[in-house]
Amino acid sequence: MAHEYENHAPMTMRMETPMPYEWSIGKYGSRFFQEIREKNQFIGIRCPGCGKVYIPPRRVCGPCFKELDELVELPNQGAITAFSIVNYPFIDPNTGIQRPIPYTYGYIRIDGADNIFSHIIDETDENKIKVGMRVRAVFKEKDAMQGHINDIKHFEIVD
Amino acid sequence: MDNIAIIGLAQTRYERRKKDKIFLDLVYETTTAALDDAGLTIDDIDNVVTVSNDFFDGRTISGMAVGDAAGAYDKNISTVEGDGAFGAMYGAMRVLGGAGTTLVVAHCKGSEGDTATITNGMFDPIYQRHLGINAVTSSAIQANAYLHRYGITEQDIAMVSVKNHGNAKNNPFAQLPMDICVDDVMTSKKIADPLKLLDCSPVSDGAAAIIIADEKTAGRAAKPPVWIKGMAHCADEYFLGDRDLTNPRSLRQAAQKAYAMAGITDPFKEIHVAEIYEAFTYMEPLWLEGLGFCEPGQGPSLLKDGVTTMDGRLPVNPSGGVLSAHAVLVAGLARIIEIAEQLRDTAGARQVTGAGMGLAHGINGPCGQSHCVWILSKEK
Ligand SMILES: [Zn+2]
Repeated sequence: MAHEYENHAPMTMRMETPMPYEWSIGKYGSRFFQEIREKNQFIGIRCPGCGKVYIPPRRVCGPCFKELDELVELPNQGAITAFSIVNYPFIDPNTGIQRPIPYTYGYIRIDGADNIFSHIIDETDENKIKVGMRVRAVFKEKDAMQGHINDIKHFEIVD
Repeated sequence: MDNIAIIGLAQTRYERRKKDKIFLDLVYETTTAALDDAGLTIDDIDNVVTVSNDFFDGRTISGMAVGDAAGAYDKNISTVEGDGAFGAMYGAMRVLGGAGTTLVVAHCKGSEGDTATITNGMFDPIYQRHLGINAVTSSAIQANAYLHRYGITEQDIAMVSVKNHGNAKNNPFAQLPMDICVDDVMTSKKIADPLKLLDCSPVSDGAAAIIIADEKTAGRAAKPPVWIKGMAHCADEYFLGDRDLTNPRSLRQAAQKAYAMAGITDPFKEIHVAEIYEAFTYMEPLWLEGLGFCEPGQGPSLLKDGVTTMDGRLPVNPSGGVLSAHAVLVAGLARIIEIAEQLRDTAGARQVTGAGMGLAHGINGPCGQSHCVWILSKEK
């Protein structure tokens, strides 16, 4: 009888199993991580159509629809173009563990690049960080590098 | 329907693991190759339809990530999350709707995710997923029901594997060209009864692209246009238990609509070659029944009587079919491309002599929930 169950709350079902992937990084992406590992520097790529230098390097310039192949060495420094000190919990997709908050997500123009690279900036005091400040990448020890975006630990303000 | 045509096409070779390529590489390579094939540049393309699946790509709104590689910058772009035959039909509708020349590009790397987990994700999370169902197990259920209903033997369906892997030897794009016999299929590893390893399609990486245009644009294409005479799709119920798995009624309806659109009254006489989506051996005869090439239960006889072999009256899957390369989502578009090659007389060693009218078929959803049927013609 339906009425016997009227006091029961609606039920839900949880699923917490991760879905595994193994994504190819590609020719230029692999080169990007090798450059970080070998030289603690970056590599970008120049479009033969518009001359734009992209970081990380990629095969196609969207606006020009041209294939890129001219790699450009870039320094491990740049300037902050935008940032956010984040208090919203973030579950690291690699570990499933929540990253400590707050953390600062930064939009960084690497010297010599025309697009913006993003990474963590190790400054969470809003009084000590501003758009335009100079930053420098801090890398992991070579032996600890895995061909991963976290081979760059973070950027630090050098102003 | 206005006259519209496929005027450019390209596909990658299908492989188990394209470790050196990212999605962008696959999409860019097939897009530029399809443009070259059509004798067009990206400026001639008005719309882009990408075909991808977020679970397979492991990326939310996966279609947006390949826009640059598909030349979609500053253009109209949309994505079909489903088989490429359906994506192509949406592309054709864009052309018919007056939106101009349309590129349809599909990509998938089955090697990068876990296919069993991803296809398990097709099913209802409350009642079915936990029971161990995925593309293989659901198809095994359908195969068992089909074989049982009509007294079809496992050897009967094994013959499809022998034929299609043999056909694949003539297809440079195929992943699994093989010289095998029925015994090889029968003694291959049991996967899910009655399906053995060689009854199942492989996991594949690959991409494919076509360009669809109106009659005016088709007139300046580099190669003879392949005219789209009919296309339709139709869906059955979602839950397997709500369907008669041995009766592909949604395919029957889609086929009838496509035939009517193309003015076909006797498909067996008027169609010269067919490429159909047989992810598993038993699907080929079952779908041939749904397409009206024979009576229900008679599908296996078409192969036993030599009708669907390369020298038969209706060669089916001259490319080697999905059993020989199964980049999910791409596979339906690959069927269309193979028929277009046949109608262009460019299919090389697998060319069906005198092919003037062909049928391509794609499926969506478990066990062929939804079917898409294309009728293509050499003649306008
Ligand atoms: Zn450019």
